[in-house]
Amino acid sequence: MKLEGSVIFEKASIEDTTSPQPIISVRNLTKVFGQNPEKALELHRKGRSKHEIYAETGSTLALNNVSFDVMPGETFVLMGLSGSGKSTLLRCINRLIDPTEGEILIDGEDIVGMGQEELRETRRRKLGMIFQNFALLPHRTVLDNVAFGLEIQGVPVEERQKKAEEILRMVGLGGYGGSMPGELSGGMKQRVGLARALTSDPDILLMDEAFSALDPLIRRDMQDELLDLQQRLVKTIIFVTHDLDEALKLGDRIALMKDGSIVQVGTPEEILTNPENAYVEKFVADVDLTRVLSASDVMRRPEPVARCTAGPRVALHLMEEHDIGSVFVVDRWRRLRGLVTLDDTLKAVQAGRGLEEIITTDVPTVALDTPLTDIISVIAGSRYPVAVVDDENRLQGLIFRGTILAALARKGEDINATA
Amino acid sequence: MQLPKLPLGDAVEALVDWIEQYFGWLLDAVSAGLGFLIGGLQGLLLAIPAPVLILLAAVLVWFVTRRDIKLAGLTALGLLLIWDLQLWNLAMLTLALVLVSTIVALAISIPLGIAAAGSDAINAALRPVLDFMQTMPSFVYLIPAVIFFGLGNVPGTIATVVFAMPPALRLTNLGIRQVPTELVEVADAFGSTPRQKLFKVQLPVALPTIMAGVNQCIMLALSMTVIASMIGAGGLGYQVLVGIQRVDIGMGFEAGLAIVIIAIILDRITQNLVPQYENR
Ligand SMILES: Nc1ncnc2c1ncn2[C@@H]1O[C@H](COP(=O)(O)OP(=O)(O)O)[C@@H](O)[C@H]1O
Ligand SMILES: [Mg+2]
Repeated sequence: MKLEGSVIFEKASIEDTTSPQPIISVRNLTKVFGQNPEKALELHRKGRSKHEIYAETGSTLALNNVSFDVMPGETFVLMGLSGSGKSTLLRCINRLIDPTEGEILIDGEDIVGMGQEELRETRRRKLGMIFQNFALLPHRTVLDNVAFGLEIQGVPVEERQKKAEEILRMVGLGGYGGSMPGELSGGMKQRVGLARALTSDPDILLMDEAFSALDPLIRRDMQDELLDLQQRLVKTIIFVTHDLDEALKLGDRIALMKDGSIVQVGTPEEILTNPENAYVEKFVADVDLTRVLSASDVMRRPEPVARCTAGPRVALHLMEEHDIGSVFVVDRWRRLRGLVTLDDTLKAVQAGRGLEEIITTDVPTVALDTPLTDIISVIAGSRYPVAVVDDENRLQGLIFRGTILAALARKGEDINATA
Repeated sequence: MQLPKLPLGDAVEALVDWIEQYFGWLLDAVSAGLGFLIGGLQGLLLAIPAPVLILLAAVLVWFVTRRDIKLAGLTALGLLLIWDLQLWNLAMLTLALVLVSTIVALAISIPLGIAAAGSDAINAALRPVLDFMQTMPSFVYLIPAVIFFGLGNVPGTIATVVFAMPPALRLTNLGIRQVPTELVEVADAFGSTPRQKLFKVQLPVALPTIMAGVNQCIMLALSMTVIASMIGAGGLGYQVLVGIQRVDIGMGFEAGLAIVIIAIILDRITQNLVPQYENR
């Protein structure tokens, strides 16, 4: 697939890969923990707060009329402070927790109304889960842990072990099949957890604070790994986290939760640039590095670029090699001339024209010290990556849509660590 | 002033008569079954020449303790001592009594423990019964055993079973309830049936705790051997009892030592039978 911009990998935008049918559709979901849900709901309708309801009935209103849709292939992040209901919501989706009211459609079927047999079948085929504390079975080898889902489905031992080995290799743990979970580091354990969820090839992955128990460096690796896997496997992921950086890095869309309600749903850019209310704003402000960071902090090496003296065939070759839809063009002194697109270059090759004639000069550029807030709005309005240039218009780096957020999350950790 | 005495004793006697009349066949069947098991196991143990059995026991200990050669050696030495003291036949009867009592006790208590872990109602119903059983002095169990089964090895075994059951039941229940929530969620999230959840997750994860219950069950059964001999159970316990009655210190000591040796060996074996895994 060709994407615009000289970018080797941009996550395929959702519209490209999917039909418009949501794969998960949560409708008016409410969950009350405790003896008397009716009473709690009645008090809630009368406008009492979560605390007042708890004081009066001893019941907790953990989810309050939550609705949202998730599209196939989307990574949907549930974010919020501890106790805001994220885990409860996630566990309602595979019905580890039975909702009090509402429905959850998975591929159009309401899991809330399913009988035990149907529920088991749906959990086996469609829903994988990854746990905060890894939850590996301590008495089983890594391989048998990874094969667990298939074992439950009654797949013969050789077949399931073969599949499990394959998946273990995919998560970089080939050769560890015979180890016991207790012998592995945290990061490795969670790779096993990931592998276990992937082995039965579910469409949906439910991840509850999956990386929160890992130390920061390992955590970042796992995030990158997940992005990488997601690019290859294109699962629908619901990812719970209390960490904004992680949410920004991983999420196609983020739902911010507070006291059992969703207060805002949006893309990372929308959440950052347009916090809907004071709660979100505060959440964002806590970690808002967009004002602190500038282009030079987040840009990548300017590769590949085409010299304007090179012919269109060279440019074409570069684009094909890197599987990109356009490439930036510089002159002998690395000054930015503009950009050529794949289409134009193909035509130029056929018509025997030079590269100079097809350069688009209308490309977004920013200076090295442009703050991130401004870059986000530039990049949002552009089909191409943003070029970073110095005072003399020399190309210094490139900024892509996806990596800006990754960089944001990364720098956040560094700054927090050094602060 | 003296209150009129309630005819409690008469009532109990009537109840016992009634049970014997209508469930006599059941009592007979239990008696015959247990007698057969005890006799059979004892016969089997005695059919193996003592030196061979001693070697087998040492190898077993060596194997389950993951090659603890010292413990294996001590096992062999201890059993040799029992043989040398000419207590071998009695020891094999004691072993047969203890093993049969333990197996019967576990066959009842582990399923009940699983049921109690799965249902708060069953758990609530069983708890007072267990408390009652555990606060009773062990002598008390002798009375119904004698009433329904007379004297001998069988009533001794019955009393031992009742006495040895509670910890295994409690620890099975506890072990399953203590399985981390996330692990139970793993079973559910991957679509296990209740049966798969029990056998693939709950029981294996609870196994170390359940084995602690098995261990306690065996130790209680052994501790009951002397007491059970008061209603005619044979073996080393009876030897101790006779030693006490005749004030024969030497005889009582030798038999008592043999019991301790068997206890230590059984303890080491059961403690090491399942490996302990790190639970995260
Ligand atoms: N099993 C339960 N019983 C009673 N209350 C619960 C239970 N699980 C969660 N809660 C309550 O529901 C609310 C939401 O919890 P949770 O979903 O775990 O939040 P989060 O994952 O966002 O930290 C909290 O107030 C919590 O105390
Ligand atoms: Mg949580």
